[in-house]
Amino acid sequence: MLSAWLYIGIFTLVAVALPAIAIFLAGLLAPKKPNPIKEATYECGVETVGPTWTQLRIQYYLFALAFLIFDVESVLLYPWAVAYQQLPLFAIVEAIIFLAILLGGLFYAWRKGALNWQ
Amino acid sequence: MTAFWQDPITFLRLWLENLLLFWGVPEGWVLVIRYTIGAVLLATAALLFVILQLWLERKLIGRLQDRLGPNRVGPWGLLQPIADVLKIFTKEHITPAGADRVPFNLAPVLSVAAALMVWAVVPFSATVFGAELNVGILYLLAVGAIGEIAIILAGWSSNNKYALLGALRTVAQLISYSVPMTLSALVPVMFSGSLNLNAITRAQEVWFLFLAPLPALIFLTASVAEVGRAPFDLPEAESELVAGYSVEYSGLKFGFFYVAEFLKAFTVSLIFAVLFLGGWRGPGAEAYPVLGFVYLFLKSSAVYLLMILLRGTLPRFRIDQVMDLNWKVFTPLALLLLMIIALVDYFLRGALPLVRVMVLLGVNALAYVILDRLLSSRERLRRQPVAQPVRPVARPENLINPSETGVAS
Repeated sequence: MLSAWLYIGIFTLVAVALPAIAIFLAGLLAPKKPNPIKEATYECGVETVGPTWTQLRIQYYLFALAFLIFDVESVLLYPWAVAYQQLPLFAIVEAIIFLAILLGGLFYAWRKGALNWQ
Repeated sequence: MTAFWQDPITFLRLWLENLLLFWGVPEGWVLVIRYTIGAVLLATAALLFVILQLWLERKLIGRLQDRLGPNRVGPWGLLQPIADVLKIFTKEHITPAGADRVPFNLAPVLSVAAALMVWAVVPFSATVFGAELNVGILYLLAVGAIGEIAIILAGWSSNNKYALLGALRTVAQLISYSVPMTLSALVPVMFSGSLNLNAITRAQEVWFLFLAPLPALIFLTASVAEVGRAPFDLPEAESELVAGYSVEYSGLKFGFFYVAEFLKAFTVSLIFAVLFLGGWRGPGAEAYPVLGFVYLFLKSSAVYLLMILLRGTLPRFRIDQVMDLNWKVFTPLALLLLMIIALVDYFLRGALPLVRVMVLLGVNALAYVILDRLLSSRERLRRQPVAQPVRPVARPENLINPSETGVAS
């Protein structure tokens, strides 16, 4: 088991190193002629107005919250799914009630309009 | 000892191990050397495969759109992607003024790494797999999230409003679609009782596609959205967001975002084939593991061709349609299906396999019919505008106004 994680570790290093080395080599080969116009923020030729790190809609935050709820919940469900074949009916009904509560929460968010893209 | 033609990769692995042990290398180092060679070979093969894939996709999309596609460089244009790679390799790397340099350079690397790292756990045949992780699916989901971090990094560090907006919109889409994806990936885990991808493959006496067609459909659609391909290609909506999070990138850094996208596209078809289409399983795959490669490749290619066909035929969705499809159709449907399948499959535990397949197929078909009715009734209830504005329709007979030109129609 530990050796599997060793492989994952080595593979991660390789997966990061391959593109990094390629970009480094390309950087050596590529011409470097910077000038202020070339480095300006690209907005289809129009000069940028004001700060570029602008304020963002609250919308994204709401979706992130909804995502967080469902992601944590599905991670909670994975151990249940692994044990599913050995579980008695009681445990399955428990999980179904858990899912039903979540579904209720989803419908609540829906009715409140949190899931509408404005 | 297996014969070479039965399982060439295991054969070579054993040969290498014995050779190193014979040379007196300690056993732990043999493992490290073997893993390093395996990882470098697999990652390089995956990246080289992208070159072939680029050609295939451009050619097929060309044919779908009634064009020829690349046909100048090499036979059937086969060398076109190589020419493109060489060209992009020598292009200047422009770093925009005011960019945050560390995340700006890290983003393309991470985005490729995230797509590559999935390949570490895919079982390619009965005996050949990177790592047999007992938390395989959780690893897949976790690694998938690294790609989203790369997109946020790219958008945030570019010092460009469009890049930032594009990145946030992309991430909103990606995290939303990972919810039904995670939920429908629970179904194969339930059927096989394991998170290990190899164990899931072994458990598919019957392909899980036939036991759970609707979760498979949700998983496939969600993974197309996860990759950000048409019809879900809002991340690179050229007409609205310039090009999204990759506006300020040039040269190979820009190229790597595209490499990551293509690699991810094949990776999700690979994952779909493993989870729902039986992975390397097929006649003779246990005895001759080399056949497993062929089966897995055929299955994932079929899924990939389906994705190309989708890209060639469907127009792009609007962002609100994408979000509605996810949160108002897929997520509740995935939750409901999970409940129904959990309950139905409990009562089918002792049943014959054929009965089990039939009942689960029936349940899925019923759920699909009910969903279809619900959606179409909602469509009918939707309010129509009171007065439709009268606009000329762009038809040949309307293009020329006879009163203006004086031409009698």
